[in-house]
Amino acid sequence: MTALSPRFNALPTAIKWMVYALLGILLLTIVQSIGATDKLTSAPISREMLRWSLPVLLAGLGGLFADRAGVVNIGLEGMMILGMWFGAWGALEYGPWAGVVIGTVGGAAGGLLHALATVTFGVDQIISGVAINILAPAGTRYLSQEVFGSPTQSPRTTGIGDWDVPFLAGGSIFGWDSPDILLTVANWNWWFVSDVADFSRGLLRGTSILAIIAVALVPISAWVLWRTRFGLRLRISGEQPQAGESQGVNIYAYKYAAVIISGALAGLGGVVISSPELSGQFLEGNSGGRGFIGLAAVIFGNWRPLGILLGALLYGYVFGLDLKDLDGTASHALLLLNAIALGGVAAWAITRRRATDGVLAGLLAVGALIWWLASETVPGWWSNILPYVVVLLVLVFFAQRLREPAAIGQAYRRGGS
Amino acid sequence: MRRILMTLAAPLGALLLTLIISSLALWAFGSNPWAAYGDMLGHAAKLDTQVDIWNRATPLYLSAIAASIGFRMNLFNIGVEGQYFLAALVAAQVGGLVSLPQVLHIAVIFLVAMAVGGAWAGLAGVLNVTRGINVVISTIMLNFIAVSGLAAWWITAWQAELGEGESLSATNLGTTPIHDSGLLPHITGFVETFTGDIRDNNPVSGMLVVALLVGIGYHVLLNRTTFGFDLRSSGMNPFAARAGGVPPKRMIVVAMILSGAVAGLVGLVEVFEIGKFRPNQIQGLGFAGIGVALLGRNSPLGMAFAALLFGFLDISSVILQQTGTASREIVVIMQGILLLAAVVAYEVVRRIKIREEARATAEALAQGVAA
Repeated sequence: MTALSPRFNALPTAIKWMVYALLGILLLTIVQSIGATDKLTSAPISREMLRWSLPVLLAGLGGLFADRAGVVNIGLEGMMILGMWFGAWGALEYGPWAGVVIGTVGGAAGGLLHALATVTFGVDQIISGVAINILAPAGTRYLSQEVFGSPTQSPRTTGIGDWDVPFLAGGSIFGWDSPDILLTVANWNWWFVSDVADFSRGLLRGTSILAIIAVALVPISAWVLWRTRFGLRLRISGEQPQAGESQGVNIYAYKYAAVIISGALAGLGGVVISSPELSGQFLEGNSGGRGFIGLAAVIFGNWRPLGILLGALLYGYVFGLDLKDLDGTASHALLLLNAIALGGVAAWAITRRRATDGVLAGLLAVGALIWWLASETVPGWWSNILPYVVVLLVLVFFAQRLREPAAIGQAYRRGGS
Repeated sequence: MRRILMTLAAPLGALLLTLIISSLALWAFGSNPWAAYGDMLGHAAKLDTQVDIWNRATPLYLSAIAASIGFRMNLFNIGVEGQYFLAALVAAQVGGLVSLPQVLHIAVIFLVAMAVGGAWAGLAGVLNVTRGINVVISTIMLNFIAVSGLAAWWITAWQAELGEGESLSATNLGTTPIHDSGLLPHITGFVETFTGDIRDNNPVSGMLVVALLVGIGYHVLLNRTTFGFDLRSSGMNPFAARAGGVPPKRMIVVAMILSGAVAGLVGLVEVFEIGKFRPNQIQGLGFAGIGVALLGRNSPLGMAFAALLFGFLDISSVILQQTGTASREIVVIMQGILLLAAVVAYEVVRRIKIREEARATAEALAQGVAA
C-alpha cells in the first residue's frame, strides 16, 4: 500500500489513514455483497468493534511504552486485572470518575512492582511478568472476597457516561437536537456510500467518554514518545541505554516512568472492562487474556501507536462481529476476507521473490476459500481464535519486516558495558 | 557451610516475607493469622491430607519440569498450559477408542500425550528458528488456539455417544470412557505398607511414580549427558555454545519438543483418575508449573520441594474453606507473593555471590603480586 506513489506518501498521516479506512470499508462492502449478509458494515458492528477494541488498545499502548524503554511487560494482563478490580471498587465507593482514577492507579501500582523487580533488582523481565500475572488475580480474588463478599464478582457499577456527536450522529447542543446526517445518508441505501455512513455512525453515536479518552491516547502517546524530550530519552533507554547514560540520561528513572505508565494504561484498560461500557462489574476472568492480545497488538503494529490501534480494531471487529452474529453468517463471510487477504500476501511474496512464503500463503488462501465455499456458517471456536491466528500469520509472513527496540528484554546495569 | 547458608537464605527470606505480608492481609480483614496457619499445618499432619497434597503436587511437578527444560535454554515456553490441555484431550480420546492389553494400552496413551504435547510445543520451536518468532509470543498465541480453539472444537466433536434414552449430564459428559486396561494403576496399596490406612476414595495416583522417574531422568539428562551439557551451555552462553559446535537451531527445536512432551504428561494425572477427559478438566496447571519452576530454580530437587509447597497451599485453601478461620483466597496470595519475593531474592543473592567472588579474586591477585 505504501508503494502506491510518492505523492500519496507525502500526504498527512491522518488523511492516509482515512484512505486506508475507506479502502477497508470498501473491501467489507464487496465481501458483504458476495456473502449473503448485511452485518459487516452496520452501525451495531462498528460500535461493538470500538467497545471491544478498547482494552486491547490500552494494554497495547501500555506495552508500547514499556517496550520502547526496553522492558518487556508480559505482566500487562495482571495489571489489567488490578485495574478491573480497583476501577470497580473505586466506582462503587467514590463514584465513576474516581473509579477511573483509582483503577488507573491500581494498574500503575502493578507497573511499579514490575519496575522494582526488573530495573532495581534485575530480575528477568519475563519471569517478573509471569509472577505478576499470578499475583494480581490472586490479590483481587482475596480483596473481592473480603470487600464484595464474593471472590469472583462485585455489584454493578455506574459509568462516566457517553456522548452523541452533533450534526454527524444527531447529538444535542444545549438541548437542541442537531440533524442526524449520517443516519440520513445511511438510509439512502447507496452501495458503499451508505455503508460508510452507517459504519461511521456506529462509532460516533453513544460513544462512551472512556472510548474517547482511549482513542485520544493514541495521538497523545505518539506525541509524547516522538515529539518530546521525555519520549526521546525514554526511547534511548530501549535502544542504546549506554549511549543515553553517556549523555547524562538517568536510564533507571526513564525505565521506571515507562513501566509505571505502562501499568497505568493497562489499568485503564481494566477500568473499561469493569465499566458499563463492557461488563458493568468486576467479574473474575473477564480480562480474558486481553493483556496478552495487547502485547500481540504491539508486535502486529510494529511498535507504533497507529499500528496498535489498527490491531486492536481488527481484534474488536472479529470479536464484536461474533457476538452480534448469532447465526454465524457474517463470521462466515469473513472467511472470504481471510482468503482475499492471504491471496494478497501470496501475491506480495511472489513479487518479492519469496517463493516459500508465496506458496504457503497461497495454500492457506485456497484453504480458506474452499472452507468458505463448502460451508454455510463457521463454528464459534473459529471466531474465538481468529485474532490469535491472524497475529501468528502476520508474524509468520512479516516477522522479518518488524523492528523491535534494540535493547528490548535486556537487563541494564548502570556503569555496565 | 557459608555457601549452603547463602543458597538457603533466598527461599527462607522469601518465605518469611510472604508470611509477614499474608499475616498483614489476614489481620487487616479481621482474621487471626495464627489460627489460619495452625489449621493449615494441623491438617497437613494428617495422612489423608498428605495424599491430597501428593496428588496435587504430581501434575505441578511435571508441569514445572516441562517449563524448566525451556528455561534452561532461555526459551520461555509459556505454552505448557495449551500443550497439556490438548495432549490430555487427544490421549483420552485415543485411549477411549482403542482396546489393547494393559501395558500396551497405557503405553499408547502415554505416547499419544507426549507426541501431541511435543508437536504443539515443537511448532513454536520451528516458528522460532525458521521465522524468528519469539517463543513467548508464539506460545501465548498457541495457548489460546489450543484451549479456546482446537480443544473447544474437539470436546464437542468427541463427546461420547449416549445410551438409549440417556441425556447429557455431569456424569456422561466427556470423551468415551477409557477401559480399565488403559488406566495406570494406583499405588495406594504400596504406600499403605509404609503408612496407616488411607481412605478408600482417596487413592495415590500412579503418576507420582512417573513424575519421580521424569525428575530423575531430567537430572541425569541435564548433568550426565552431552545433550544436557549442550542444553545448559546454550542457555548460559549461546555464542560460546555455537562456537563449541552445538547447532543452535536444532537445540531450540529439540528442547521445545522435549518440553512439550513432558507437558503432555501433566493432564494424564486427571485423565487416569477420572477415566476420560471432561470439559471441566483442571486448567491453570501450566501457569502454576511456571511458578513452581521459578521457585525451584529449575533444579529437579528444588522443583520437587516447590511443587509440594504449592500443593500444600492449594489443598490448604480447601481446608480453610471448611474451617472458616480465614478466607481461602489468602492461599493464592501467598503463592503469588512467595513467587515474586523468591525471584527477587534469588537475583539479590546471585549478585552478592558474584561480588564476593570478584573480591576474593582481587584479594588473591593482590597477595600474588605482593609475594
